[in-house]
Amino acid sequence: MASLVLVLGTAVARAQDAPMQTLLQDHSATIVKSSRKTIGPAIDAVAGSGLPQAQVVLQSWQAKDMWLRKEDGLFFRAEKIDSKTYRLFDFDTDADLGAFAKSDLKQIKPNSGIRALLGSALVRFQLLDPDPAKRADALLSLERDPSADALEPLRASIDDEPDDELRAKKVRLERLLTIGYDPDEPARIAAIQEMSTDLGVDVRATLNPLVATSLKVYAGEAPAAWNIATSLTPGSDQLPRAEAYDLLVAEKLAPPRVSGDDIRNALIENIQDGQVAEVPIHRFSDPAIREIAYANLANAGTVPPLVTETDIDAALAAHTFVQVFADPSPAVTTAASAALESISYRVGINQTIDLTLDALSLASIYFLAAIGLAITFGVMGVINMAHGEFIMMGAYTGYVVQQFIPDHTLSIIVAIPLAFAVTFAAGVAMERLVIRWLYNRPLETLLATFGISIALQQLAKNIFGTQARPLTSPGWLDGALELNDVVSISYIRIAIFVLALIFLALFLFIMKRTRLGLEIRAVTQNPRMASSMGINPNRVNMLTFGLGSGIAGIAGVAIGLFAKVTSELGSDYIVQSFMTVVVGGVGNIWGTLAGATMIGFLQKGIEWFNPSNTLAAQTYMIVFIIIFIQFRPRGIIALKGRAAGD
Amino acid sequence: MRKSFFAQNPSVLIFLAILGLFTLGVTVMSEAYGNGAISTSFVKTLGKTLCLAMIAIAMDLVWGYTGILSLGHFAFFGIGGYMIGMWLMYARTYDIVVASLAEAPIPPTEQELVDAVGNQIFGVVGSSEFPLIWTFADSLTIQLALVVLVPGIIAGVFGWLAFRSRVTGVYLSILTQAMTLALAFYLFQNDSGLRGNNGLSGLQNLPGMDDVPQALISVWFLWASAGALALTYLFGAFVVSGKFGSVIRGIRDNEARVRFLGYSVETYKLFIFTATAMLAGIAGALYYPQAGIVNPAEIAPIASIYLAVWVAIGGRGRLYGAVIGAIFVSLVSSWFTGGQAPDINLGFYTVKWVDWWLIVLGLSFVGVTLFAPAGIGGLVDLVTNRKSPDRHGADLGPDAGALQEKEALE
Amino acid sequence: MSTLLEVSGVSVTFDGFRAINNLSFRIGDAELRAIIGPNGAGKTTFMDIVTGKTRPDEGRILWGEKSQSLLGMNEAKIAQAGIGRKFQKPTVFEEQTVFENLQMALKNDRGPFSVLFYKTNPRDQERIGELAEEIGLSDQLYRKSGELSHGQKQWLEIGMLLAQEPRLLLVDEPAAGMTPAEREHTTTILVEAAKTRAVVVVEHDMEFIRRLNCKVTVLHEGSVLAEGSLDHVTSNQEVIDVYLGR
Repeated sequence: MASLVLVLGTAVARAQDAPMQTLLQDHSATIVKSSRKTIGPAIDAVAGSGLPQAQVVLQSWQAKDMWLRKEDGLFFRAEKIDSKTYRLFDFDTDADLGAFAKSDLKQIKPNSGIRALLGSALVRFQLLDPDPAKRADALLSLERDPSADALEPLRASIDDEPDDELRAKKVRLERLLTIGYDPDEPARIAAIQEMSTDLGVDVRATLNPLVATSLKVYAGEAPAAWNIATSLTPGSDQLPRAEAYDLLVAEKLAPPRVSGDDIRNALIENIQDGQVAEVPIHRFSDPAIREIAYANLANAGTVPPLVTETDIDAALAAHTFVQVFADPSPAVTTAASAALESISYRVGINQTIDLTLDALSLASIYFLAAIGLAITFGVMGVINMAHGEFIMMGAYTGYVVQQFIPDHTLSIIVAIPLAFAVTFAAGVAMERLVIRWLYNRPLETLLATFGISIALQQLAKNIFGTQARPLTSPGWLDGALELNDVVSISYIRIAIFVLALIFLALFLFIMKRTRLGLEIRAVTQNPRMASSMGINPNRVNMLTFGLGSGIAGIAGVAIGLFAKVTSELGSDYIVQSFMTVVVGGVGNIWGTLAGATMIGFLQKGIEWFNPSNTLAAQTYMIVFIIIFIQFRPRGIIALKGRAAGD
Repeated sequence: MRKSFFAQNPSVLIFLAILGLFTLGVTVMSEAYGNGAISTSFVKTLGKTLCLAMIAIAMDLVWGYTGILSLGHFAFFGIGGYMIGMWLMYARTYDIVVASLAEAPIPPTEQELVDAVGNQIFGVVGSSEFPLIWTFADSLTIQLALVVLVPGIIAGVFGWLAFRSRVTGVYLSILTQAMTLALAFYLFQNDSGLRGNNGLSGLQNLPGMDDVPQALISVWFLWASAGALALTYLFGAFVVSGKFGSVIRGIRDNEARVRFLGYSVETYKLFIFTATAMLAGIAGALYYPQAGIVNPAEIAPIASIYLAVWVAIGGRGRLYGAVIGAIFVSLVSSWFTGGQAPDINLGFYTVKWVDWWLIVLGLSFVGVTLFAPAGIGGLVDLVTNRKSPDRHGADLGPDAGALQEKEALE
Repeated sequence: MSTLLEVSGVSVTFDGFRAINNLSFRIGDAELRAIIGPNGAGKTTFMDIVTGKTRPDEGRILWGEKSQSLLGMNEAKIAQAGIGRKFQKPTVFEEQTVFENLQMALKNDRGPFSVLFYKTNPRDQERIGELAEEIGLSDQLYRKSGELSHGQKQWLEIGMLLAQEPRLLLVDEPAAGMTPAEREHTTTILVEAAKTRAVVVVEHDMEFIRRLNCKVTVLHEGSVLAEGSLDHVTSNQEVIDVYLGR
């Protein structure tokens, strides 16, 4: 007890030397019974005190480490010793005041709202924190929750910032805060102009609220405080008549319209002896009769009168409708509009680049799916409707491999050759068992391979079930390459693009530079001649078909990385794949490339017009392709002359 | 050589007799008119199967006889269902709304009735306005005309474009498949105006016939389906028996040769394609009121492929083959997938037919293509000793013909 | 003798290869003409162009008294205008009977509706009988044409051509694969046909051409090398070089 008195004594004795404690005591009431609305002055006082200990106070307050000693009402920082005892520290001196029983103390528990306020008050301290990570955090929280108060401390912290990267961030944030909060108009305009070439989402987020408009209405003179953007005529496209009148009603400048429902309800309420205003109710199936009865009721004063079109016209004519900027300064809004326009022009250009990248990656997916077909259908002329199922088999192979090899990078490396092997074997089996009996009967090949496709799909369903199986890509393929806030492309899409290029090179190499390619071309052009020159057409056909199927398997692994692996995976791609080959021009790999590019760009382009509806995009794309084939029945890159056959 | 139509085509009389006997048999065993040996739901299944036989004939005309492997005819079937479904749904909802609003304190206006109907029908897709394509939904006559006209116009425009640019063989098949896919995608959208993937439902209830039990309605539809099938068969036999039949089979076997004989191949193809699309529409309009619901999944390309499977298994190039194929495969399919077929216990694994039927179907289809191109109908040849001419080893497939000609010109 | 078909300045190129090079050619009513030339001379391409199968890059083709251009017309229209063609390899509809083949070829309205409602009438039946007589297939009328011998198929195809009643017959190697007796018969049919219409025969077999006894046009590298009687052209040094030399 003695020591306690002693401590108390020293504390009081040092009242003059304890400015922070004094300050806290001044706001004691609000701190103890705090609410978000009232706490402002207390926090401002602490933060603005200029005392070095202010940061510790705010931090411990925010962390719920500030306790009140019941005995004398002083505030301390507390550290927990055990569940019943706490060690107290003085704020001003940071002296250890010894252990105290919990029952003698009261914890200050700021609610989340107050903690947020404390957080933003702390920012100015954190901006100068020696730890760069803390400074970065502080900047981030400022970006998320900008405030006028932070502008001064932020400016003050720039000069002393040792880290170049952080300094650049600080400068940028300072500009944004200046635009939003600086009371000095020329400074704001200067900042706006400075940022008008920046593509950042944050710049647009800062500028947009300045030029946000709201629809307002007035009669006579416009209020001087309004920063009017445009004035609107009711009945125009920007302001339909109904909407204009609704605004008048909402502003209580005109009586509400009487709707059909209102009439009906009013009539129902006023039924007397089977009639309303002397009109028998069985006649009310005619809307004209209803209006007459309602007019009678209105004349009697029972219901508000009908608002006629003339009334509406008169009310609209008596008022002026305007769009008013949120920011009151015309100079600022003009500058902001101009800046936004210049930004949106740049954004447009960059979006086009982004769209092009998207389209390119879609094109490479179609190319991947179609390149196997370019061999089996394009080169051999065999139509294989089970091609999609080979893609599916490849994807499932990848999934199965991942069940045994948990490392994703390794499992993909293993899965690619394995998928090739599996589908190569399946392709060879199919060629030997079915297709070779049906050469020169394309329609029957089509149907037989459809039978196989149905069977394979159901088999996959029986084995793997109907739900989607995950095929996880390696960690280094996660994320995206971000060129700026508008243009970004995920690594997995880049990988697929590269894979497509590799396949293209591989295809060209095999066809033009290897013995197999030579034999394939010989057999497809003239099988009898080829066989008389010692080439075994059976073997070549088998290998070619296996090759096309094997490539489909690899494509399956790639597609499985970003699409759901289901038994329907293949059938989702089969029509597009055939379209790709047909549109491009059968029998020419560059045609397939052109076809994939065209379809990819087309689909993205249509989606851009109507982003919400991919189904519609696919519909229009197919319709477009059907029409395209009218003009180029043999595809983009057509073989001409006798070689084209027919 | 001048014999009567029936004397030239004895199979027509046999077919009509069997169909008549079948219909009579089902009627006397139905719950409505007979001893009830056949349940109402099975009567519906049989009625639906007759409609499938009808579209199979259409498919046989366009593929088996003319050589166009269309993978889009089931889409026309679905469209026929949609067209009649619009009237059924509108008229019946209208009746229900009138009945419910009859209790209201004051009588409803016409606009209120229509609004309430719209709300009922389009509530599921978050709308209540009638889209433009429902303009004539209140008129049975117009919707019945649309059952024929809409498939006809779509097939006409598509066919005109495709045949004009000489798209043939597998390219044409892929193109028709793409058309089907585009149609299905379109109908899957909620703002297509046809209730998106919900489709049209409640079609088994005929407007104004709430008092008539389904047992009775099912038999009526069976009669209608049998009648339509009989007419389709007669039409098919008429088309393929005369000189027209010669021309279209000529187109199938060697298109270029027919062209050099002075026949406008494109016009003939367009005629057959459009006429069979209309037939498909009629079959669909009879089928879906028995099924009760039509939705975009019915139109998906796979349905049209199954259609080709039926015709191939039954035996293409002969009308009864198509009928046999459609009836056989669809009944067997529903037996296997309906869970009636007994599971096979292999000890280590139990074969559940629900899971394995499609595999069997797919593989048997491969088998038929490879080993029995004449299909089930080929069995008839064993009895009648119908022989194919010796082709001297040359194939006479629709595309093979062109290939031979190419060889000939080189 | 008026000109029935006039081909002037026609050229066609396949992927850089000039199959027909500034070809000019004319044939009159009721004339029998043989075209010879080494492989790749453009004989078949010439027929393709006249029948509308291949579109020339330049030049014009005029037909009949009204000098109607054939360039804008499709194969069916050209055939209806009166140009019939027989292919190198016999192409008849093997699944159908001889009667059906001839009936299809018979000159009648080609529109789908009139064909759909067509009924065999005695006049047509008589005409088919005459044709069958002419090509020696009277006994085979109701057999499937796929069952006929090679020579019979060639005749059937010629019969189908005659049934079309064309004003110009283009016949590609009619005698290929025939026995001497069959050749004899073929010659008779062609010479008979040429009395009432123009007939152009493409043939390799000199003996056959000699028997036709008509004017001969020699094609080489897509244009006319020589024209005249068989003796005249075979004595031409250029023709001899082309056939034997190089």
